[in-house]
Amino acid sequence: MYNFEYRRAQSVAEAAKLIKEADDGKILAGGMTLIPTLKQRLAQPSDLIDIGKIAELKGISVSGKTLTIKAMTRHFDVHSSPEVKKAIPALAVLAGGIGDPSVRHRGTIGGSTANADPAADYPAGIVGLGATIETNKRKIAADDFFTGLFETALEPGELIIAVHFPIPDKAGYLKFAHLASGYATCGVMVSKTGNQVRVGVTGAGPNAFRVPEMEAALAKTFTPDAIANIKYPADELLSDMHASAEYRAHLVTVIAKRAVAAALA
Amino acid sequence: MGQYGIGQPIRRKEDARLLTGNGRYTDDVNLDGQVYVYFLRSPYAHAKINAIDTTDALAAPGVIAIYTSADIIADGVKPIPCEANAKSLKGVPLFKPPRHALAFERVRYAGEPVAMIIAESVNAGKDASELIQIDYEELPAIADTSRLADADAPLVWDTLGSNVGLHWETQESAVSEAIFKSAHKTVELKLLNNRLVGNPMEPRCAVSEHDPKTGRTTLYAPSQGGRRVINAIAKEILNVPPQSLRMISLDTGGGFGIRSKTYPELVLMVWAARKQTRPLKWRADRGETFVSDVHGRDQSTKASAAFDKDGKLLAVRNETIVNVGAYLSENGAILAMMGGGKIMGTAYDVPVLYFSVKSCFSNTVPTDTYRGAGRPEVNFIMERLMELGAQAFGISSIEMRKRNFIREFPYKTQMGCLIDSGDFPGTLDMTLDKGDYAGFEKRKAESKARGKLRGIGIGYYVEGAGGRPVEEMRVRFEKDGKVKIFAGTFSHGQGHDTVYSQLLNEYLGVDASKVELIQGDSDTSPKGAVGTFGSRSSMMGGVAIKRASEAIVEKGKKIAGHLMQTEPSKVTFKEGVFHGGTSSVTLEVVARAAQDPSKLPEGMEGPLDESYYYERQGESQNFPNGCHLIEAEVDPDTGTVEIVKFTAIDDCGTVLNPLIVDGQVLGGIAQGIGQALVENTIFDNETGQLLTASFMDYGMPRASDFPMIGIHFNSVPSPTNDLGVKGAGEAGACGAPPALVHAALDALKEYGIRHIDMPLTPEKVWRAIQAAKSGKAA
Ligand SMILES: Cc1cc2nc3c(=O)[nH]c(=O)nc-3n(C[C@H](O)[C@H](O)[C@H](O)COP(=O)(O)OP(=O)(O)OC[C@H]3O[C@@H](n4cnc5c(N)ncnc54)[C@H](O)[C@@H]3O)c2cc1C
Repeated sequence: MYNFEYRRAQSVAEAAKLIKEADDGKILAGGMTLIPTLKQRLAQPSDLIDIGKIAELKGISVSGKTLTIKAMTRHFDVHSSPEVKKAIPALAVLAGGIGDPSVRHRGTIGGSTANADPAADYPAGIVGLGATIETNKRKIAADDFFTGLFETALEPGELIIAVHFPIPDKAGYLKFAHLASGYATCGVMVSKTGNQVRVGVTGAGPNAFRVPEMEAALAKTFTPDAIANIKYPADELLSDMHASAEYRAHLVTVIAKRAVAAALA
Repeated sequence: MGQYGIGQPIRRKEDARLLTGNGRYTDDVNLDGQVYVYFLRSPYAHAKINAIDTTDALAAPGVIAIYTSADIIADGVKPIPCEANAKSLKGVPLFKPPRHALAFERVRYAGEPVAMIIAESVNAGKDASELIQIDYEELPAIADTSRLADADAPLVWDTLGSNVGLHWETQESAVSEAIFKSAHKTVELKLLNNRLVGNPMEPRCAVSEHDPKTGRTTLYAPSQGGRRVINAIAKEILNVPPQSLRMISLDTGGGFGIRSKTYPELVLMVWAARKQTRPLKWRADRGETFVSDVHGRDQSTKASAAFDKDGKLLAVRNETIVNVGAYLSENGAILAMMGGGKIMGTAYDVPVLYFSVKSCFSNTVPTDTYRGAGRPEVNFIMERLMELGAQAFGISSIEMRKRNFIREFPYKTQMGCLIDSGDFPGTLDMTLDKGDYAGFEKRKAESKARGKLRGIGIGYYVEGAGGRPVEEMRVRFEKDGKVKIFAGTFSHGQGHDTVYSQLLNEYLGVDASKVELIQGDSDTSPKGAVGTFGSRSSMMGGVAIKRASEAIVEKGKKIAGHLMQTEPSKVTFKEGVFHGGTSSVTLEVVARAAQDPSKLPEGMEGPLDESYYYERQGESQNFPNGCHLIEAEVDPDTGTVEIVKFTAIDDCGTVLNPLIVDGQVLGGIAQGIGQALVENTIFDNETGQLLTASFMDYGMPRASDFPMIGIHFNSVPSPTNDLGVKGAGEAGACGAPPALVHAALDALKEYGIRHIDMPLTPEKVWRAIQAAKSGKAA
């Protein structure tokens, strides 16, 4: 680890100010991604701005047809929240499948969303449920948020405040976990609201994406069989030592079918 | 057997301490004024070192010293020796390239130590390492085992002219070729025994300190018995008197064979401590541990079997390339055949064997002994051949094995092992019974209804246990009533504390709570100390304890006779009490008397303190064996293989403590399943980089990957040692891989898939299914 200045912000405004003032500041949320990166000397920020004590960044609430999860909410809290379990049980399932208990007690929805790991679970939830990302500057639609491998629409210094999830009629999440890391080799969140269907996929591509062809087919018939023959093109997917693009493309169909089954269960 | 004696399921004495965080590991050692060591490692798998400039790094804050190979060579530090010896049929010996503790002129694997930095803090050392300027000239690298012997392979050692450091054969190839030509049926298979990273829970760690007053240097490091390591460092590398070095291994968080080596870092920690005025501390992180511990397995094999018309083996041919890595570690070059591989032929009567091993260099981390060390490999090969044989004859896997099992003991194998005992058909039958083989079809149909393909697979294994044929143990009665065992063996998780206490309870009637195990300190361990590996501690250390106990009884009889005024030859000993005529006296009283010269017979000296140097006679390894039966479900849509039922029957001879043997079997099984299912060591074939050097990329088996495992014993005591024990530590790693692969292949029977190389990752299995569906079955 290289040396850095450690600062603890008491409010979102202070965090924004501190990050603006720093040469090369980084937000520290749960630290589950950032700290290992620092330990391996893969990053050398001038300042770490800890947002862990900011009260306005914590909590889960439901208002009308929207579930709001504040940025500093831990995966464990999402997984075990009665509100989440009632509003969008699939999201509780998703959060409960992230990493291991110690990771779930530290890692946050804001950190996971901002980090945009191609194999992280939340991005599938955000895209598949059509969430809105609220920052200290604006609101960003899920479809516009994930822009590439570890890339998002966030501007430098922009802070995620909360994620707003519209509550669907039904939703299902399933991940095909990598044997070593437990991250998603392919994870799919399927949701249905009225006759609107969304299919959000993580793990398979450089960033989370939707599968419009599946959405159209499921809007007609919401059954696993409806998408059994829809293949996602492999050439748009990741290929690495853990899984080839061809295999990932195959998994998109298999896991989407199972996510639909989970939504129906 | 008493309540605490042999065969009792005593809970481990050491667990309360270890499980409540009261263990003391090397990283818990912090010496006054210690400074920190950081090793700069090669980023390249193969490169020429044109120049190393440490000027800027030496000027960095907190830096105390920086050493490179120039420094150690100038100081007369010798390369790390490799004691393995072997020759080709023509008498060409194993090529032994020099291995300097720090890379000399070239780096030959990514992770090889290049510079040792000593600084006030780890961070200062790391900062300085970034200022060391090294002019590397990258060279072509090779990692792929199956290509190492190819004529166009990049050379790891130019002077050798190829990468083949040794071509060893049992006999001329032609002998068996003729048998294959005239055989009724033959089968052939190419397979891989995939490379494994051992990954003990405790990362690499060492602390060292030199005392200028006494001229002695103490090294603290985890090991499997440090005497051999520290002796090699003293005598063969630093050329200092052995008594000037001391090695202490505290609690050790896993050994698995890989922690028994004379590692470059250990040499350097001792050498540098003697140059420095302050103690040194080094602790690797996990990534560093991945590239600084030796790796296991990594063999590419072409095997074939010839059968007569009754399906009886006529001959086996086995041609293996072993990837030894860039340098020779202790046994890497010979374990495939003279080490654990010596059990080739395993449970079967093989009349003719052609066994060829090419030990080849590559630009990878050196390989060496790892749980099983050659035995899992040959067991996997033999079991695959048996299975293919069964298919060729259209008979069951069970029938095939029964036609070929060794049934008469002792049985001399083609490799010269004298298998002393066993009940191979009985053990197989017991496995089928306990595993409800008969009910399999019903369970298969039930799986099918859930969309899963269920298969069943057998892995019969034989192991050769014992390692080196000597070990020494000492039993001493203390003034305070404690009984200390000074062990040559070293428990790094096996529960010796408990089992050795049981032995003293059995033979001397000593209360287990009074027994204290002293191990891992080269100053107090017996002279003949060897260590723990090769499943040897009970059969070597246990027997030595028994014989030391007998010596205690003999001496005790003389003292008891003296106390009871009875002729010593008339004194008997039973369950802790000496009897003579109508009197009796307890061992406790005798031991106390032995501390008091006035109570001893003329000319005798106290206390009760006996050492026994046990030397195994002749060809007297022993041969644990057993049968593992696995049922696995394959998800045909994703290729995922899940173990749903697991039955293991082991014959490890007399069972001293069934709980501890269960633990040994389970641990071995976990590592065997790791090899078969999840542990995937991947090198970049172009650059030679280890791509899976973290737990994010390298899969370790998890408890949730296993169903409950039914463990039972079919014990046939070994006639070759006093206790009747056989090894138990490596069984699981031998039986589980073939059983798992056979279960998966059986599940995929409808696709006609002949073989899939381990680990059976989902994508590999899925691809095999796809290939079969399109008519291109493997
Ligand atoms: C062993 C292990 C297993 C894991 N397994 C999984 C898994 O299965 N699935 C999965 O999805 N994830 C997994 N993770 C990742 C985990 O979910 C992390 O919690 C997550 O990736 C990052 O969240 P964090 O709160 O720890 O963020 P940090 O590590 O603190 O920060 C991550 C990045 O986000 C930025 N950031 C943090 N908060 C904000 C904010 N509010 N606004 C703007 N930027 C911000 C930081 O500056 C940093 O760049 C695993 C992690 C570990 C260590």
